[in-house]
Amino acid sequence: MPILEVKDIHKRFDRSEVLKGISFSLEKGDVLGIIGSSGGGKTTLLRCINFLERADKGTISVNGKVIFDADQHDLTVEQQRENQLNFGLVFQQFNLFPQYTVLENVELAPRLLKRYPDAEIRERSMSLLKRVGLDQKIDRYPCQLSGGQQQRVAIARALAMNPSILCFDEPTSALDPELTGEVLKVIRELAEAKMTMIVVTHEIAFARDLSDKIIFLDHGVIAEEGPAKQVIDNPQKERTKAFLNAIQK
Amino acid sequence: MVQEVMLRLCAGFVKTIELFLLTLAGAIPLGLIVAFGSMSKFKPLKIVVRFIVWIVRGTPLMLQLIVIYYGPGLLFHQNIWGMGTSGRFTAVMVAFIINYSCYFSEIYRGGIESISKGQYEAGQVLGLTRRQVFFKIVLLQVIKRIVPPMGNEIITLVKDTSLARVIAVYELIWAGQTFIKSDGIIWPLFMTGIFYLVFSGILTVLLAKFEKKLSYFN
Repeated sequence: MPILEVKDIHKRFDRSEVLKGISFSLEKGDVLGIIGSSGGGKTTLLRCINFLERADKGTISVNGKVIFDADQHDLTVEQQRENQLNFGLVFQQFNLFPQYTVLENVELAPRLLKRYPDAEIRERSMSLLKRVGLDQKIDRYPCQLSGGQQQRVAIARALAMNPSILCFDEPTSALDPELTGEVLKVIRELAEAKMTMIVVTHEIAFARDLSDKIIFLDHGVIAEEGPAKQVIDNPQKERTKAFLNAIQK
Repeated sequence: MVQEVMLRLCAGFVKTIELFLLTLAGAIPLGLIVAFGSMSKFKPLKIVVRFIVWIVRGTPLMLQLIVIYYGPGLLFHQNIWGMGTSGRFTAVMVAFIINYSCYFSEIYRGGIESISKGQYEAGQVLGLTRRQVFFKIVLLQVIKRIVPPMGNEIITLVKDTSLARVIAVYELIWAGQTFIKSDGIIWPLFMTGIFYLVFSGILTVLLAKFEKKLSYFN
């Protein structure tokens, strides 16, 4: 049984239909790369999965259990927040909480939601920060960190709530080129540790190496999908070829 | 003579401080409620609140004072403020708190709306409740942003307290002015100016300190 099953997601903003029926599934431990040109619906799809947008139609299931059904409106806020915690999201703009230190950023949600005993929260947070290579900077504030460091804290923060699936929304797009490497390295290590992930990215080479499966999203539909190397190295559809050509120029 | 003047001025100044502190104590929280009203998703509430804010900010505080104090009596033949000094003081407090909460509400609204959507979303995807997002994430960032404009309003309030004398509340300026009539001397009035300067000077220093305290993040 796939860990994530997305069925027929539609989303419309005013007059434009951004997602026109997206379906895919993801196996536990796999990495899904989502590529495509701007405005193709990549970010909207990720936001629908993370409950930041409400899809107009479709369902989302995790481990066989429907956690979102567009036709069902009677979900309590409580239930929705619980369902949401299946996912973690790393934003393009990091969105760290500026008034909290690195450690406080990571610990805030588990503490407020009393997920684990305090001592365990501290222990877990420290090990997550070690994992992203920032255990020496736990008392710094976000404004004292580089973009790459901030994004690595954001990854640790997302992992602190122990999500089943970690999502990345163009995690390196807001970074200076020399800082993307350190973030990609952390994501790669997570993939090696068999974290289930969905990565929306413009880094085609990275998506190719990292992903088990790639979806090429174009004008709100999945134009092509398949094993990563096949889609990137040997695309079948004209639109995919055109997109990859344009990006590599 | 000097001693008598200073005693009277101090009595007036105590009233001024009372007006100042009570107005802040009332308007700072009430302003937040007004701000939420003016940002409400429930349209009728939003329209009503913004209409009230427009009226309060668009007319002189002195006019509001007079209307609030004399209005109920003249229109409805009801003396709702009670007799004598304490009645007048209550009316002044009501007028000041309403007036300042409307000003504060606009500052709060500006502050709240300036926080990026990403902060709310980051809290939401971590499973925090809306209340937790507001109080644990957004509020301190808002406070940091509104300290300078709030400082302006607070300094203005120091001087606006003198309007209370319009309905015969014995505050600092009135205390100074009585000596013009009774003794033909003007220096007590200049003295009141010193009181205001020192008071607003102290506030300026305190506000700067507070601003500095919040400068560790941006």
